[in-house]
Order: sequence, then C-alpha cells, then structure tokens
Amino acid sequence: MSQTHLLNITNISKSFQGLKAISKVSLHIDPGEILGLIGPNGAGKTTLFNLVTGFLKPESGEIRFDGNMIMGLKSHQICKLGITRTFQIVKPFAHLSTLENVAVGSFNTTRNIKEVEEKSWNILGFVGLEPKALDPAHSLTLPGRKRLELARALATEPKLLLLDEVMAGLNPTEQHEITELVFKIRESGTTIFIIEHHMRVIMGLSDRIVVIQHGEVIADNSPKAVAEDPGVIEAYLGKGAVIA
Amino acid sequence: MNENKHAAGYLARGLGTKKWFVIILALALLHVLPWTIPSHIIHMMIMIFIFTIMGQGWNVLGGYVGQFSFGHALFFGIGAYTSTLLFLHLGLSPWFGIIIACMASIAVGLFVGLLSFRYGLSGPFFALIMLAFAEIFHITFITWKAVGGSLGLLIQSSGNAPLLMQFTDKIPFYYISLWFMAAALYVVWRFEKSRTGLYFMAVREDKDAAEALGINTFKSQMIAMAISAGMTAIGGTIYAQYLLYIDPDITFGAINSVEIMIRPIIGGPGTVLGPLLGSVVLTPLSEFTREVFQAYSGVYLMIYGIVLVAVIMFLPEGIIGFANRMFEKFRTR
Amino acid sequence: MNIYYILQSLIDGLLIGGVYSLVAIGLTLIFGVMRIVNFAHGALMMLGMYTTYWAFNLLHIDPYLSILICVPVLFIIGAAFQKFLITPILDAPEHNQLLLTLGVSLFLENLAVFLWSPNYRVTRTSYEFAYLYIGDLSISLQRVLAFLTAMVVTGIVYFLLSKTDLGKAIRAASEEPRGALLMGINVRRIYWITFGIGAACAGVAGSATAPFFPVYPTVGGIFVITAFMVVVLGGMGSVLGAFAGGLIIGLADAVGGMIFPGAMKSIISFILFILILLFKPTGLFGSKN
Repeated sequence: MSQTHLLNITNISKSFQGLKAISKVSLHIDPGEILGLIGPNGAGKTTLFNLVTGFLKPESGEIRFDGNMIMGLKSHQICKLGITRTFQIVKPFAHLSTLENVAVGSFNTTRNIKEVEEKSWNILGFVGLEPKALDPAHSLTLPGRKRLELARALATEPKLLLLDEVMAGLNPTEQHEITELVFKIRESGTTIFIIEHHMRVIMGLSDRIVVIQHGEVIADNSPKAVAEDPGVIEAYLGKGAVIA
Repeated sequence: MNENKHAAGYLARGLGTKKWFVIILALALLHVLPWTIPSHIIHMMIMIFIFTIMGQGWNVLGGYVGQFSFGHALFFGIGAYTSTLLFLHLGLSPWFGIIIACMASIAVGLFVGLLSFRYGLSGPFFALIMLAFAEIFHITFITWKAVGGSLGLLIQSSGNAPLLMQFTDKIPFYYISLWFMAAALYVVWRFEKSRTGLYFMAVREDKDAAEALGINTFKSQMIAMAISAGMTAIGGTIYAQYLLYIDPDITFGAINSVEIMIRPIIGGPGTVLGPLLGSVVLTPLSEFTREVFQAYSGVYLMIYGIVLVAVIMFLPEGIIGFANRMFEKFRTR
Repeated sequence: MNIYYILQSLIDGLLIGGVYSLVAIGLTLIFGVMRIVNFAHGALMMLGMYTTYWAFNLLHIDPYLSILICVPVLFIIGAAFQKFLITPILDAPEHNQLLLTLGVSLFLENLAVFLWSPNYRVTRTSYEFAYLYIGDLSISLQRVLAFLTAMVVTGIVYFLLSKTDLGKAIRAASEEPRGALLMGINVRRIYWITFGIGAACAGVAGSATAPFFPVYPTVGGIFVITAFMVVVLGGMGSVLGAFAGGLIIGLADAVGGMIFPGAMKSIISFILFILILLFKPTGLFGSKN
C-alpha cells in the first residue's frame, strides 16, 4: 500500500531549543488527493511544511516523496523533484513584473525562453492575472498577490503543491474564486496539501483532513468524521464544547 | 487579443529596429569623437569607460543579485597586478595577461563567494567581508617587496607597441576601453532577461521564495560573483596599461571600492546603463572639483558623500530607477 | 624576545583594547537598538579627537577634561544625524542604510581634510612621557588613563542600560519596537537618544586616545573596522560582548604586532574577523540575529 503514496511522512520530529514543535508525526498523501491540514495556532502546521520542503531539517523520521527520501535535501532540490510550496505571508519578487515572477517559476521546467513565455501567459490566464502581467508585483493588491503566489508555484509544474493559508486576508467572494482554482488545479493532475484556518473552506475542499495539535496528529479522517471528533472539538473549543 | 501579447515577446525581447539604430548611431559618434576633442577630455572619457566596466562588474553582484560589496577594489587590484607582473617577469603581452588576470580574479572571487554564500552571509556582513579581503590584499601588497611593495610597479614604456598594449597616444586606449565597455554592457543586457538574469533578481528579491521555486541560490550567487570579479579585473588591466604605473593604494585602496560602486548606485543599480550613467555624471564632477579645489584633494570625496546620501534618501533606485518611475506615472495617466 | 617584551605588548594591547571596547559599545548600541550598521562611527570618533585637539591647543584644556565638551557635542551630532538622515530610511533595505552611513563618513572625513588638512596632529600633554613602573615593565600613563576612562564610561553605559528607566525603555525599544510603542514609549525619541549616546561613546574614545594617537582625518577608518570586528566577535547588540571583544581584539593586535612587522600586524585581526563572520556570526555573546 505504501508504494502508492505520493508523499509518506513517518515519525517526523523537530524541536526548537528543547521545545518539541513536531512530535512523531506520520501522514501520507495519495496522488490526486486534496489533503487538508488544520490545527490551532502554533500547532506546527507551517513547521511541517518547512520540514517537507527542506527549509528545516527533521531530527528524526523519514519523508518519502515519489519513492525518494527527501529529508536533508535542499529546498531547490525538493522543488526539482516535484514539490512546490507557497508561503503564508506572500513573497512576491516585488520589483519584477507579474509575468516575470511566473516566468521564474516556469524556468524550473525548461530553459527555453519562448516556451517559458508561452507557459507563463497561460498560467496568468488560468489564475486571472493577465491584465496585470506587465505591472510590477509590488503594485498588486493582496488578492492579486495571492493569485501570483499560486501562479508562480503552478509554473514549476509540481506533482505536489503545498498551499499555506492561501485564503488568509481574502473576503468570501475571493475565497470562493481561489477555491474554484484549487479544484481546477487538482483536476489538471496536481496533488494538493493545504493548510487553512477557514473551516468552511477547508472542509469543502479536502478529501481528507489531518488535525495537528501541539505538534502531534490527533486526527486523520474524512472532513465529516473530523468535524465530529471530540478530540478535535476539544482542541479548538476547549473541553465540553460541541459543534452544532 | 491574447495572441497579440504572446507574439510580442515581453520576456525574450529584442530592442527593436529603432533602438538598435540609436545605439549604432551613438557608437559611430563615439568613434569619431576622439579626433575632435582635446586630450584631457579623451583622458576623462577613458576613465569613464574603465570605471563603467568595473562598475558594471560590481553591478552584476550588487545591483542584480543584491549582494553589495564594499571591497571591489580587490578585483581591480588583482586585475592590474596580475597582468603587470606577468608582463614584467615573463614578458607576457597584456593581451594574454588580461585573460589570466580575469581568471585569477574569478578564482579569488569564487573563494570569497564560497566562504560567504555557503554560510548564507548577506547584507552588511558580506559588504564587510569583501572590505576585509580587499584590505588584506592591500596590506599584503604594501608589505611584499617582491611585487613592488608600497613603491608599486612601473612598466617601462616601449613606445608604440600595440602587441604589448602600449601606445604613445591616448586614442587607442580610448577605443580599447570603449569596446570592452560595450562588451560589458552587452553581456549584462543579454543575461538581464534570460533565465540567469531572472534567477539573479529572484535571489535578490527573496531568497526563500527563489529556493522554493527550484533556484539553487548558492549557484546563482557564485555565477554572479564570477562574472563580477572577471569584469572588474578587466578594467584593472586596462587601467594598468594606460597609466603604466600601479601601486597598492591606487588599486587595492578602500577609496577605489567606493569609486567603483558609487557609479552604478547613483546611475541605477540593477540596470544595464546604470554604471555608465553614474560614470558620466560622477567622473566629470570629480575631475571638475579636483580642478577647482586644487589645494584641497578631499573635496570631491565630500561631494561623493553628499551625493551618496542624497541619492539614498531621495532616489534610492538611482537616476534610471527614478526616470522609469516617472515614465510609469505618465504611462498610466 | 624576552618575557618582558611579551608582557609589555600584551598589556599595551589590553589597554588599547579598552578603547576599542568603548568605540564598539557605541556601535553595538546603535545596531542593537536600530539595526543600523553605522559606518560613520569612526568619523564620529575622529571628530572627538579633533575636538580634544583644538580644545587643548586653543584653550589649553587637558584632554581628559575635554571629555566633558566632547560628550554633549558628539551627542548632539549623533542625535541630529539619526533624526534627520537615518529616520527617513529606517525601513529601507539594509544595504541602503549602510551606504548612507558610508556617505556621511566620506563627507565628514573629507570635511576634516578640507578644514584641517590631512596632516597628522599630535596633542602633546605635559605628562605624555609619564610612565608607571612595575618591575621591569613601563606602562604609559596616558594609555592607562585611556583604559580607565573607557572602563568608567562602559560602566556608566551599562548602569544606564540596566538600572535606569531610560535604559529599560531603550532595551524595550530594541527588542520589540511595536510593543514598546504600545507601552507609551516614544520609540522615535529613544532612537535619537541611543544614537547620541553611541556617538558620545565614540567621542569619548577619541578624547581618551588623542593624547597618544596621531590625529588625522581618516584615523576613524582603522577604528571603525576594528570596532566592527569587536562587535561581530562580541555579538551584535551585546554591550558585554563589545566589552570583552574589545579586549580580545586588543590582545590579538598585540600578538600580531609581535609576529608580523609593520602593516601586516592587522592581518591577524582581519583573518580573525573573517573566521568569526563565517563560523560564529552571532558572536560570543550574541543571541538572535
């Protein structure tokens, strides 16, 4: 069974100055899935993303992607293997144009500049940023920057896309648009691992949800099961609460 | 509507016939110019060209990758000394010496780069490490008698010897420095919108994001360092051959690091023409102030200080950056 | 090379190290609070030296007394520098801040060349040849006084930072500017006060060294590089680190002077500097970045 997992995390741990941020976390993602990751603030969600993408090194445990062990690899090597992540606080290349931003991502797939240009325009069309293609990235509004972050990551043609709170700061209409985009991305063949705080959004998006609290997995199930899990409810709302 | 945009080639852009025409015209005029102007203006233009070459070298690392070096005199000195020593001791023509000088400089640059970038140094730390290395070479060359010590090295003039890059007239040096400058500008223009150049700027804008998108930021920085070191060293060799005298102060001295970097900073870091523009503005300015305040050698440096402060405060993107922003404002009116 | 020569060199190194400490403390304060790398610090020290020189030659004020003049003068210069030139670029990229302070440094050094010529000046006090004799060791009184001055001022600064309300405000502003603002601390004011204090430290260091060090426009250059080394060694932002670092670098210089002739002696310090930057950039006492 484990041979079919696209990403397989086994017993990953990471501490900072004695404090365990991630403690023996195990989870897996299958190709074509949308896996949601939720948990109270400070639970370790972004830390987990950092561990998977090489921004942090795990102290112990294994991370297997597409058959390869990827712990200890540099971030750019992991991207080349097929995992791309977005950042919670968006990091546009401010002084480059929107098109150039996407092109940087696209160069991950080919060195041919004509190909890159064509692919970049396509992706801009896909996320709806074409009118802003030649504007500098710092001139984009927050929703625009979120789309750019997404577009740039897509341009690298990842097998697995890690989205870190891509909805933060967006109003419900914008969230809906991004949700549609995420579905479209999955349809085009990319597997998605998504961290999100907006419950409604992530419940609707995910095939399966993993819940983390204090660096440990406390649930790993379908959205419906997770919503009814007493442990999860307690983690978010305290003892004795019930989700209506 | 979309098809038009795709065809225009916004990334892989050429300059278009109109711009090429202007460039050819400008080059033609520059070729004719030296026959019509007095000797001291030719000298000034040679200085402009040489410092543009070296400034462009700095620009690759500082403007495009965002690693500001406060010690580029290091490469200037290596360039100047390598070709000179090879000529004095082995009789090697500077035409070959310039290649070796370039390689020596790249080697040192890669060494410093390896130390700095492997450990993720950036910002003020990198600036200071470059300064430290330049000073180490400065002190070493002052003390080391075998390479001339503080007295420096003198190249005995062989009169007009084109094969040894020596000329009795200034005009050949004018053309040499002009062509090398044109080459330097061309090199930067070519990679600016290529994968290499975009990667450079991505590293400058946000290292983490760059890494997450598959860019080997260490490799990018090393490539930039190599280009930067090599280009600056070429300027050093031409300078040495033009003046036929070098010493540790006028090559490795800290002031030269300032002279090299202030031009692209004022002109526009991260642009092709920035170093040229900065040179065109500052070189005559410093020559002029030196003329006027002859007794007070430091005045032009005072002015550098004021200009630097003013530019940082009011035009942080340099003259070209400012001009671009003004154009943007008019375009979106 | 006898034991007395070695001891002598080490003691001299330690004494001058005290001065390095003082200069570095000013630098580290400025960096610790505002994250500004002040390239002009050496120029500020140079201004202190010239102030002392002129006070001595024109007004016959003893160098150690002219510290009382230096402190307010340099404080005001430092505060003005911060308020008018640095405040606008506090949010600019780091390298721009570095360039700005470099520009100011260039300006000040060459202003000094313009006003006072590049010639070396010496402040000849009546006690310049006074020595303390301990066994076979002769220690220059002036260097001892410089060291003591540095210690006293270091102590004052340390006391200021740890025991006074102002010090608490400074520390708050350096650790968490937004939090400090919310607590009612006028962070802007703290910034120029801190810069003023840092500049005053450099000025005092200048006063203390003027009696036995030649005074010339670019003298600050050596000290600012050394101060940077000390600050990196001790840890950016750590006053204690700057203190310890200064003494260490002073000793390293002394060792270098014993091994290498002439200008080469600084090579040891430079290499040490590079090694620290590479292997322990947070310094001996440094914490976060």
